[in-house]
Amino acid sequence: MATKVVMEALSPTMEEGRLVKWLKQEGDAVQDGDVLAEVETDKAVMELPARGEGVLRKVLVPVGATVAVGKLVAVIAAAGEDISSVLAEPGPATSERGAGSGERAAPPVPSRSAAPAPSAPSVPTATAPAAAAGRVKASPLAKRIARERGVDLAVIRGSGPGGRIIKRDLEGAAVVSALPARSALSAPGGFEDVPLTQIRKTIARRLSESLGPVPHFFLTVEIDMERAWEAREALNALGEEPRITLNDIIVKVVAQALMQHPECNAWWQGDSIRYFRDVHLGMAVAVDQGLITPVIRNVNFKGLRQIGVETRDLSERARQRKLKPEEYTGSTFSISNLGMLGIDQFTAVINPPEAGILAVGAVTQVPVAEDGAVAVRRRMRATMSCDHRVIDGATGAKFLQTVKRMLENPLAMVW
Amino acid sequence: MPILTYRDALNQALREEMERDPSVFLMGEEVGVYQGAYKVSRGLLEHFGERRVVDTPIAELGFAGIGVGAAMVGLRPVIEFMTWNFALLAIDEVINSAAKMLYMSGGQLPIPIVFRGPGGAALQLGAQHSQAFEAFYANIPGLKVVAPATPQDAKGLLKSSIRDNNPVVFLEGEMLYNTKGEVPEGEYTIPLGKADLKREGSDVTLICHSKTVAVALKAAETLDQELKVSADVLDLRTIRPMDVDAILASVRKTNRCVVVEEGWPFCGVGAQVVHEIQHAAFDDLDAPVERVTGADVPMPYNKHLERAAKPSPELVIEAVKRVAYLG
Repeated sequence: MATKVVMEALSPTMEEGRLVKWLKQEGDAVQDGDVLAEVETDKAVMELPARGEGVLRKVLVPVGATVAVGKLVAVIAAAGEDISSVLAEPGPATSERGAGSGERAAPPVPSRSAAPAPSAPSVPTATAPAAAAGRVKASPLAKRIARERGVDLAVIRGSGPGGRIIKRDLEGAAVVSALPARSALSAPGGFEDVPLTQIRKTIARRLSESLGPVPHFFLTVEIDMERAWEAREALNALGEEPRITLNDIIVKVVAQALMQHPECNAWWQGDSIRYFRDVHLGMAVAVDQGLITPVIRNVNFKGLRQIGVETRDLSERARQRKLKPEEYTGSTFSISNLGMLGIDQFTAVINPPEAGILAVGAVTQVPVAEDGAVAVRRRMRATMSCDHRVIDGATGAKFLQTVKRMLENPLAMVW
Repeated sequence: MPILTYRDALNQALREEMERDPSVFLMGEEVGVYQGAYKVSRGLLEHFGERRVVDTPIAELGFAGIGVGAAMVGLRPVIEFMTWNFALLAIDEVINSAAKMLYMSGGQLPIPIVFRGPGGAALQLGAQHSQAFEAFYANIPGLKVVAPATPQDAKGLLKSSIRDNNPVVFLEGEMLYNTKGEVPEGEYTIPLGKADLKREGSDVTLICHSKTVAVALKAAETLDQELKVSADVLDLRTIRPMDVDAILASVRKTNRCVVVEEGWPFCGVGAQVVHEIQHAAFDDLDAPVERVTGADVPMPYNKHLERAAKPSPELVIEAVKRVAYLG
């Protein structure tokens, strides 16, 4: 029994993948679960596993080609097994673009774009991937069934016109979501959904009309960092690894402050606001050609050392594009720190559906008036972007006050 | 149960309602001495006399208007149009008087009138005499529109229409008058606004009314035998008010629907049905709803072209294959 290897949805938003490298070649024996290839998604380089065993009989997609999710990329079958019927299946109506260039590459298998030869064994008609052209086509009923059963339609092949997924495509098939299980985020008790009050609805509507879908406003606070600096020096003087950075302290402080101000630790969900009971902090990391926000989970339960270890690990793997989808999704609030790049102050753009992001500038020594004299102090400017549908000015200000107080007196973290 | 023709079932309804209520009277061309152009009023003149079975000149606007006036002063007229094609001459009285009077009199003048006669195409009567007007009248607030398919429904619905305090457009069919079916003995009525499941199935919903009920039932039989597709055949019976609940219940069961009607496609009855379905049962649909209608042309006189322009079981089967993704 031949096993079709299709481009799987390896990230929540993936619509197509670029074949980076084949780790198995035609003729190689493969076991269920073996890694067949590396695929670059919109977010990371991921592994494409085998979903059956036998021999990798046919590779249909050359290295460098980009193909839509759901498309056949290889065939696994027993040695000597006739796989012509699998190969004769009508090809999906997707464009195949060369890596990075946008040029059309030659279709890997000419017969796939033509109708099946009359002599071909009978195959299900019109089996095109539903994800053709980047959009999953499914009947409303199929979408409802998928929603109810937690099925990812991107990995289902539609048998309707134009690859439309219809009810029968979801029947009987061992339908498994391509997405990894959600983290503790979706566990019961992890959050509370509060339906919108009328005043929140009105605020949301009016401000969205004014500023676009996410009505941002910005609050800036200047924070004295002398004591945070001292705290870091003192901790690092213990001589233990890892070394603590100011950023680690800021991450912890923000998490503790969010625990005190849960109204800022929230998602805008259109008809309700989800308030989280734990803090999962997204941390903007610059990578080649973009940025990604790996998530430190349950920061409220973690000490500075663990935060430090995880931050370093996530940043490193983010730069190598090795993050798994669950490592860069599900944050409840974000921090963007451009201090190390010498930026004093900036505003960051909110990562929806989160309601806020804190933009952290550089810690610099500045002259300040203190007790009637000029003193030189280490200061830092932090700017919070707030989604006004969720957070009002005073709410954000109180949260920032707490952040400022904790950084100016780090012991306040353990109050 | 006795077997009656559609014609005789209507005759029974008229006779019973005229017996029951002395304010009911019948008026139209050839309804008396000639016993009705299609013999629906056979024997009524002899039984009820000239004051209650009134022959009129060939003047549709005039006698429709007299009917509306009679309804305004408390009578219950039944106005027979020889066919609904001729009723175009009276449409001002139907739409501007009958349908509006209750509203424009501030509720003082209910118009309990029935306009009835055969609608739709018969055989080779030409473009001007082969028209289904359900959608025209159903478009008008203030009118009820009834189009029964069987003798039993014809009798029960005509009785309810006569008793209704609103103007009712009652569309019969020249090709239906001779059809036979069981009609219960004794007094019964069928409420307006209630569809009837003529056949029960699980795979697709066929929505129809009047002559297309037979078309849908024939298609359903073939579908069952040849393709193992079982169809719900839902007869709307009343176009307005429409039994949306019955439509939704069936579509939610089958997830697929074909609407069949004799009239033209553009802004037709099926367009309204499709709207109701997509609006309230969107998430239950596994395929776009299909429609089978009369061709979007004046009815051809040529026998073969006329046949091709009418909804047929073959066209219904093709549409069912599309919504069921078969072949």
